[in-house]
Amino acid sequence: MVKYIGQRIFYMFITLFIIASVTFFLMKLIPGSPYANAAKLQPEQVEIMNEKYGLNKTVPEQYVIYISNLVKGDLGTSFQFGNQPVTDLLAARIGPSAQLGFQAMLFGSLIGILLGIVAALKQNTWVDYGSTFIAVIGKSIPSFVFAGLLQYYVGVKLGWFPVAFWKGPEYTVLPTIALSMFPIAIAARFMRTEMIDVLGSDYITLAKAKGANFFEIAFKHALRNALIPVITVLGPLAVGLMTGSLVIEKIFGIPGLGEQFVKSINVNDYSVIMGTTLLFSFLFIFIILVVDILYGIIDPRIRLAGGKK
Amino acid sequence: MANINEKISKDQFEPAKFDASKSEQISKPSLNFWQDSWMRVKKNKGAIISLVLIAIIAIFALIGPSLSNFEYDKQNTSHANLPPRIPALENVEWLPFDGTRTLKNGNVVNVYEQKKIEEYYWFGTDGLGRDLFSRVWKGTQISLYIAFLAAFIDMVIGVAYGSISGYFGGRLDNIMQRIIEVLSGIPNLVIVILMILVLKPGIISITIALTITGWVSMARVVRAQVLKMKNQEFVLASRTLGASHAKIIFKHLIPNLAGVIIINTMFTIPNAIFFEAFLSFIGLGLQEPFASLGTLIDDGFRSMRAFPHLMFIPAIVMSVIMIAFNLVADGLRDALDPKMRD
Repeated sequence: MVKYIGQRIFYMFITLFIIASVTFFLMKLIPGSPYANAAKLQPEQVEIMNEKYGLNKTVPEQYVIYISNLVKGDLGTSFQFGNQPVTDLLAARIGPSAQLGFQAMLFGSLIGILLGIVAALKQNTWVDYGSTFIAVIGKSIPSFVFAGLLQYYVGVKLGWFPVAFWKGPEYTVLPTIALSMFPIAIAARFMRTEMIDVLGSDYITLAKAKGANFFEIAFKHALRNALIPVITVLGPLAVGLMTGSLVIEKIFGIPGLGEQFVKSINVNDYSVIMGTTLLFSFLFIFIILVVDILYGIIDPRIRLAGGKK
Repeated sequence: MANINEKISKDQFEPAKFDASKSEQISKPSLNFWQDSWMRVKKNKGAIISLVLIAIIAIFALIGPSLSNFEYDKQNTSHANLPPRIPALENVEWLPFDGTRTLKNGNVVNVYEQKKIEEYYWFGTDGLGRDLFSRVWKGTQISLYIAFLAAFIDMVIGVAYGSISGYFGGRLDNIMQRIIEVLSGIPNLVIVILMILVLKPGIISITIALTITGWVSMARVVRAQVLKMKNQEFVLASRTLGASHAKIIFKHLIPNLAGVIIINTMFTIPNAIFFEAFLSFIGLGLQEPFASLGTLIDDGFRSMRAFPHLMFIPAIVMSVIMIAFNLVADGLRDALDPKMRD
């Protein structure tokens, strides 16, 4: 187990290093100037700026500096957003993103698991079909379409919740719902199959034979066993949420990481793009690692090294 | 039990003749893999309806732009922001095709009469007076084109990589798997965005960006299947008869993988459509005058409050495409490979 975790962490760093390098060189290939008012600058000014940001050095030199700064946790300074260090810029924006992601994850997986359980217990009834229908819709329709529908109908027409911005709990309702459609769909589908699987197993038959009542069987015996594999979908879910948060934050004007990323893409702010890319990649790899390890700890039947993957 | 006294004649109790030569006879025509799968797909109503929907949308994507009297990139600012109006349907009250729009103060006006416009814009027009009907179908055409191309390239690379890695095994497999491990550790969101930044948005560059990491899942599935299959007798027989590696892979292994490959490809298509739209949303989509479903929805968002039809129509088309492809993919998976059912 320890060896496995060590190996995984080693791979994690290799992957991160490759991502950092690829990002760096790709950024060097991008045409266009990183300075906000590039057109108005005199050549001398550009030179001074280049000196200041270390852009007058050769690309390999810049690369070495970049990587060594990275190891120290320094992601460079932003070109566009008031010359702030990228780390500060991103740190200030993690809050809303984390809150939104957490709320959507919690809400989405709870509703999804509930839908899945109900569908499995009432298999082949309208409840089951309804839950499957929700799952198909949630999985297929992109979150930005949901966001648009919610903004238009619930925000503008009904006026129940504010349409945009991030000023209080009521502002989080629409973006959370829009973002949680995907987790609801995935969790519901997965939970339903797992639950049906477990309900057909011998120990459930035994419990029934012993005369245990319906709720005891469903929640004490079946649910606990069916929940274990659901942990495996948490990883892909979190990744889906990260992708979704980019557009959702843009649509609802939420001052989070995703919105910052979209902004810096549109203004060519290399250092912020690189920083955000690395942060996203780190989160992505870290979540998958944690999920894999958790899975091994919770369910000893899964042998990590020789798993299905 | 009304006929309890009915006489049953004795000759109805004749023992059946047993003909040993016919006991092994097969009464139903034997079905090959594809016929059998088709039978199973046919039972899945959702998948069949979706297939029909996809066919209809594909036909409209091809001929739609020329059905309308207006070109998709022709601007006519005096006809800007018109609501949808369709002949005949405009008289049906509950349909939104009567050319009216509700103003902020709640009044309903017929914009066409107000501006004295004789033409019918079936889906209305956008802020530059371009016909939304031809733009939507042109956009669908481009979105589908990108999706199919990306799915095809993913398939070619994934199948080649996976089968080579699985078939030859050993050290080659080890190295190839480590590469995949590293690649799959990179979030495809990040890769796609970076590639578009470098390549500049366009149909080809978006397709390339989508395929850079897209083939990994296909390669994994194919490798796993090849590993399972390569030790079976038919491969051994073929090798004993002196078939080359290439021939074994292409003639014997890949045809046996067709089901898995089709299922995987069907799942990549909606994924590619989603990512293309996603890129449009974060400002990395196709440039004007081209349109894809993603750019149309993105444009529609900006004027959603005043002109909701600009967002709703492309959003509906896109949602229908996504749902249909997902349902077909699910149906195919159940039919072609019941073991993969989740």
